[in-house]
Amino acid sequence: MPITPDEVKKIAHLARLEFSEEELLAYTEELSKILDYFQELQEVDTSTIAPTFHPYKKKTPFREDEVETFENIEGLLKIAPELKDTLIVVPKVVKAP
Amino acid sequence: MELKELTLKKALNLLDEGKLSSKELCTLTLEQIKKYDPLVKAFLYVNEEWVLKQAEEADKKRKEGKRGLLTGIPLSIKDNILIKGHPTTCASKILANYIAPYDATVIERLKSQGVVFIGKTNMDEFAMGSSTENSGFFPTRNPWDLERVPGGSSGGSAVSVALRMGLGSLGSDTGGSIRQPAAFCGVVGMKPTYGLVSRFGLVAFASSLDQIGPFGLTVEDTALLLQAIAGNDPKDSTSAEIEIPNYLEFIENNLNTTFKIGLPKEYFSYDIDPEITKYLEKTIEILKKRHTMVEISLPHTKYAVATYYIIAPAEASSNLARYDGVKYGFRAEAKSLLEMYKKSRGLGFGKEVKRRIMLGTYALSAGYYDAYYLKASKVRTLIKEDFEKAFKEVDLILTPTTPTPPFRLGEKISDPLQMYLSDIFTIPVNLAGLPALSLPVGLTTDNLPVGVQIIGPQFKDELVLALAYQIEKDLSLKFIPPILKD
Repeated sequence: MPITPDEVKKIAHLARLEFSEEELLAYTEELSKILDYFQELQEVDTSTIAPTFHPYKKKTPFREDEVETFENIEGLLKIAPELKDTLIVVPKVVKAP
Repeated sequence: MELKELTLKKALNLLDEGKLSSKELCTLTLEQIKKYDPLVKAFLYVNEEWVLKQAEEADKKRKEGKRGLLTGIPLSIKDNILIKGHPTTCASKILANYIAPYDATVIERLKSQGVVFIGKTNMDEFAMGSSTENSGFFPTRNPWDLERVPGGSSGGSAVSVALRMGLGSLGSDTGGSIRQPAAFCGVVGMKPTYGLVSRFGLVAFASSLDQIGPFGLTVEDTALLLQAIAGNDPKDSTSAEIEIPNYLEFIENNLNTTFKIGLPKEYFSYDIDPEITKYLEKTIEILKKRHTMVEISLPHTKYAVATYYIIAPAEASSNLARYDGVKYGFRAEAKSLLEMYKKSRGLGFGKEVKRRIMLGTYALSAGYYDAYYLKASKVRTLIKEDFEKAFKEVDLILTPTTPTPPFRLGEKISDPLQMYLSDIFTIPVNLAGLPALSLPVGLTTDNLPVGVQIIGPQFKDELVLALAYQIEKDLSLKFIPPILKD
């Protein structure tokens, strides 16, 4: 099996996903099968090949760095899970000393 | 007037002649949705009041002589494209309460051309899937056989057009998500060249592969829709600065043009359903009368699925990092920030989305990056070069759109790898960034639609449409699902 439950646990942490033990085992098995399938790429000789990250190469377009006010700030705030005035509330980030 | 006899272009003529108002057309469309959508469940959102208001507005504009390209035409939109003030859920519980704060560029363009938006269509969650069974809300059914899938991820869009619940639709295509459902539902679906249509306001899945494109009942309708949405957008840094031709004029003018058409032997040696082969051969027979058909080779085709299912999840794992429960979307109760992230994402995302985030995170993680992501990106170069070489020899390429007709609900959902492999013929096009279209060409003995795929060189979208238009004229078929005939 190319991937172990411990590795799946580690990846889940990196991806910020919470899984039950049951899910963890199911994903371990499924991901192993898929990763096995990916092995077929190893038979391709790519030693002299440059990678393609984008199908269409274009120079980065530049624009003036001007401030534009977004016209629907209310619409942005309305979809926030928890608000205090115009601030978005999140659980405490730092521990009290 | 019967909706099933109507196309977008015919409706435009009736509207222009004053024989039909947009309000009448949209009222009929809403009745169609009431009648058929409970059977197929193509829509996630329909707002009647909004529809009628837009239709009245369109009628008013028309009376004032302000006719846009599509004034008064009802279209459905895949639920991963933002329409300001209305929900965009991507068929995900994590975005169940999301109201779009702005318009996607394609929506801005369609608005300026007078389109009436009739609703948002169901899809595989975050466009990840090939059957619309991965919707976080409910699956959509194929109108030709309610026990079968409509394809995906833009399944709702394809079904809405097949059942005339709107005269066209916009979907998105990352690995076949427009072409495969178009083939499964008997409509035309096109993935434009990467960079032809702005992606601003399309919820990102895999940014180097995603492209918005149209569904139509005919090639002409599809060309008209592409006309309305194509063109440079400063808000999308990957948007091309090229001249957009008049697609309708182009396809009319090239009705008798002869092409050199390539048939890739690797596609034909694949395990294809005999009924698909039958119609493919029939199409080739018709094409032979006018065009030169040559066998070509795209030697790296067999690696496309593995390449895609490394690159797309890698990009997705990064794009979907934004759904953290902080600024919008579902937030789970938690005591710490880390717990909030993990719980919100763990509960908010569905199975397939989590599977792909895991795959992508793994492929990008330290120690595996070279073996997976970098390796796949190099093989991507070879796949792209295969096409570049082929297009030195031929004008266009013809393939099946799918290896099989629509499969049954539940048939592949428990085996992700089998589901991934069903995308074999559509995926290489996205990896190479090319334009491609699926055209319905026949019905199997079980009365299920069969599609062929036409692939063109980069930014030669008009050539793809031109050949599709020729085949459509030659075949002269109508694809009306039996449930519409009652």
